[in-house]
Amino acid sequence: MSQKDIEAAIAATRFGLGARPGEIAEAARDPRGYLKGQIRRDGADLFKTDGETANQRLAEFQAYRRERAMARSAPASDGKPEEDSAVRAARQFIRQNAAGDILGRVQLAAVTDAGFRERWALFWANHFTVSASKVQTATLVGPYENEAIRPHVFGRFADLLGAAETHPAMLLYLDQVQSVGPNSQAAQFQRRGAARRQAPRNEARPRRDPGLNENLAREILELHTVGVDGGYAQADVTEFARALTGLSIAGPRDAGVEGVVFRGQAHEPGERTVMGVRYAAGGKEQAGSVLADLAARPQTARFVCAKLARHFVADDPPPALVTRLEKAWISTHGDLARVAETLVDAPEAWAAQPAKFKTPYEFVVSSYRALGQEPRDLGQVNAALNGLGQRPFGAPSPKGWPDEAGPWAASDALVKRMQFAQALGAVAGPQVQDPVALADQTLGVRLSPASAKAISRAESRAEAVALLLMTPEFQRR
Amino acid sequence: MNAPLLSRRAFAAAGLALPFLARVADAAVPANRKFVVIICRGGMDGLSVAAPVGDPDYRPLRGGLALGDAALKLDGTFALNPALPTVHRLAQAGQARIAPAVATPDRARSHFEAQDVLETGAAGVYATTSGWLNRSAQAMSAAGRVEAISVGPTAPLILRGPAPAASWSPGRSVDATARLPSLLQDLYKDDPLLGPALARGLVTETMARESGAAGDAMTGGGMRRGAAQGAEAARALGEALAGFLKAPGGPQLAAVSLDGFDTHANQAGVLTARLTALDALVDGLHTGLGPAWNDTVVLAVTEFGRTARVNGTGGTDHGTASTALLLGGALKPGGIVGDWPTLRRQALFEDRDVYPALDLRALEKGLLAEYLGMDRRALDTTVFPDSAGVRPLTGLV
Repeated sequence: MSQKDIEAAIAATRFGLGARPGEIAEAARDPRGYLKGQIRRDGADLFKTDGETANQRLAEFQAYRRERAMARSAPASDGKPEEDSAVRAARQFIRQNAAGDILGRVQLAAVTDAGFRERWALFWANHFTVSASKVQTATLVGPYENEAIRPHVFGRFADLLGAAETHPAMLLYLDQVQSVGPNSQAAQFQRRGAARRQAPRNEARPRRDPGLNENLAREILELHTVGVDGGYAQADVTEFARALTGLSIAGPRDAGVEGVVFRGQAHEPGERTVMGVRYAAGGKEQAGSVLADLAARPQTARFVCAKLARHFVADDPPPALVTRLEKAWISTHGDLARVAETLVDAPEAWAAQPAKFKTPYEFVVSSYRALGQEPRDLGQVNAALNGLGQRPFGAPSPKGWPDEAGPWAASDALVKRMQFAQALGAVAGPQVQDPVALADQTLGVRLSPASAKAISRAESRAEAVALLLMTPEFQRR
Repeated sequence: MNAPLLSRRAFAAAGLALPFLARVADAAVPANRKFVVIICRGGMDGLSVAAPVGDPDYRPLRGGLALGDAALKLDGTFALNPALPTVHRLAQAGQARIAPAVATPDRARSHFEAQDVLETGAAGVYATTSGWLNRSAQAMSAAGRVEAISVGPTAPLILRGPAPAASWSPGRSVDATARLPSLLQDLYKDDPLLGPALARGLVTETMARESGAAGDAMTGGGMRRGAAQGAEAARALGEALAGFLKAPGGPQLAAVSLDGFDTHANQAGVLTARLTALDALVDGLHTGLGPAWNDTVVLAVTEFGRTARVNGTGGTDHGTASTALLLGGALKPGGIVGDWPTLRRQALFEDRDVYPALDLRALEKGLLAEYLGMDRRALDTTVFPDSAGVRPLTGLV
């Protein structure tokens, strides 16, 4: 086997999302060129949705909430609050929105010719996780990824950071929308109003002294930029949270405005100091300056480049690779296209031994790719991913999905993978003419003799396909 | 119909001569004693789990988040959240206690650092890559194999490490007639990651089918969303776990996680749903175990507590000490575990959080030493590295 053959298999399976039939042969002409050709200034592909923007979805959701509140407060003739059929319809609509986004995203990954470009986009979507774990964010995650992440993944990191942190989905997910400067006009106004009324407090309702919520500030520092060892302290988190106040989303009272708004009257007045840098008093440009400075910090380059190396190459990545990426990042001021090229050129990324165990999403997507299929049944995809512990758009925390083998290689998870492989093998296997040839197309020279032999001896095509998907080399990349 | 799912060879490949049964008879501690850790992820607000309603500073600090008359009284100071009726019932029977100001040694207020320290049992962050419950299984196995299991689709860090640990989550059962499992075991025989994991998974699967206790969780609604469904699924998970624990020769150590405790905004509603799930999980375990509940200790912990004051958005931000729950028929009845530092302003940690009055490792070490008979030296060095200065808290069982 030639070096080119090894590299072609690595290009399609490690850098990409798994080979579709013919992909390894195509990559074999020039494996590095094949990957670099997928780097595109104007960003990653957008997956298919119903075409609605995040702002439109947000407006629909707010309308749904108002309707629901009205329906609940108006008792029907029999005394019970009536749930309007319009409310039910709206809820159904919201659920369908999210389901359509998930299917569109999986389909793109399953059929794209640019597997590396798609993997690169998925990395950033996970880095800037917004999870559907909150009702408000469930319909926004799809548009968020298409609007804030994908267009910027081969641009400057600072632009990607700015787009992600100021998107309505992120503001809702990390509780920024209600954060108010404790000394802002809005807070003072509310406090005066409360003092005037002097109404007895209702026990069931939390007291709302308007004030800070430091969630977004903390996670930007810890997860999105400098990392937990980036040299910040609690005081920096609080100062950054103060700088971010005012950044919110339009509500029912903001007639004619939609999406992100900056409320100057909710912004904490005064200058701020974050990680030793002073920011003059002002409005929304204050947080913008903090974000720009964070993007440019060397700790950010180190933290994010180590994460990239871990994602693409090994759970414990070669330090030389991290250094190489970091240098490219710093010398190009966070130009992500150049960082991607550096990754492709790095010799450490091409080690013959596959070190990464596929996540459930990668396993499911690469299975469809191997069979040259486009998933049509969201139920099947959802059931598989839920069972394997990676609910679409449902990362358990702002940290996103884990990227190491440990959490995914649980004994139960392997049994679940086997069941998925059996089910897909039963459906798709009969159409596969020559399972051994399919295995060659899927893994190239990475297919081991033992696996090839087992597949050739399978009792049925269904069993052969299931075996292929469960070989140690298909489970890794 | 009842074709054996696994060949004897397959068991041997997993290093399980007869899985779960190969226990040395002269082990120092009865093999029926069970220890379960529930990890409540996201930073559970201890002041809402067991509220110090008798502490004069509680209401002023908590405002609208303070629990009202519906809280379930424990003693002159503390009352449980109304979403925890099972825990309260157990407490009245002397089978549940609270540790109201407990913390790991980590002070960074980062979920991910704090969960790392919570689960590795290390003195500092990222000091080791295996979990303390796994190393406990390893240490205990010196006197005969001790089995451990996690319930849920991913393997929690607390059970990752050198000792083989099983995992299980609800789903369809394996097609017992297919050849695939044994073909794969052959293919994985030299694979250090996949080989042992698959073998163990298949054994657990067989056990789940045979015990039948897991039936509800496997065929029922599974892990659907929503508050009521969340509680339903949590109860089914508790029952399934109970099924494994009480099976003859079943695991002695277990871990299960609940997510969603990061309540930065509108905390009251969110937390009610999460605590309802926690209570349902405990109820499922308690009911499912039946008489075996008397040989069980359950510890529910979180990575950190939350700020003593309400933040600007009806929630609380990342804090320090929180409340741990101790449950089980094997517990000695008693009051709160550890000291209550109070909520006086001078007593707050950094004028912000509940003061960490008790090192969580002291609690964990005490249970492992007294209930599972673990050796002090192993506890001080391998299970909780560099923790000789943290004395096991005794008298709990």
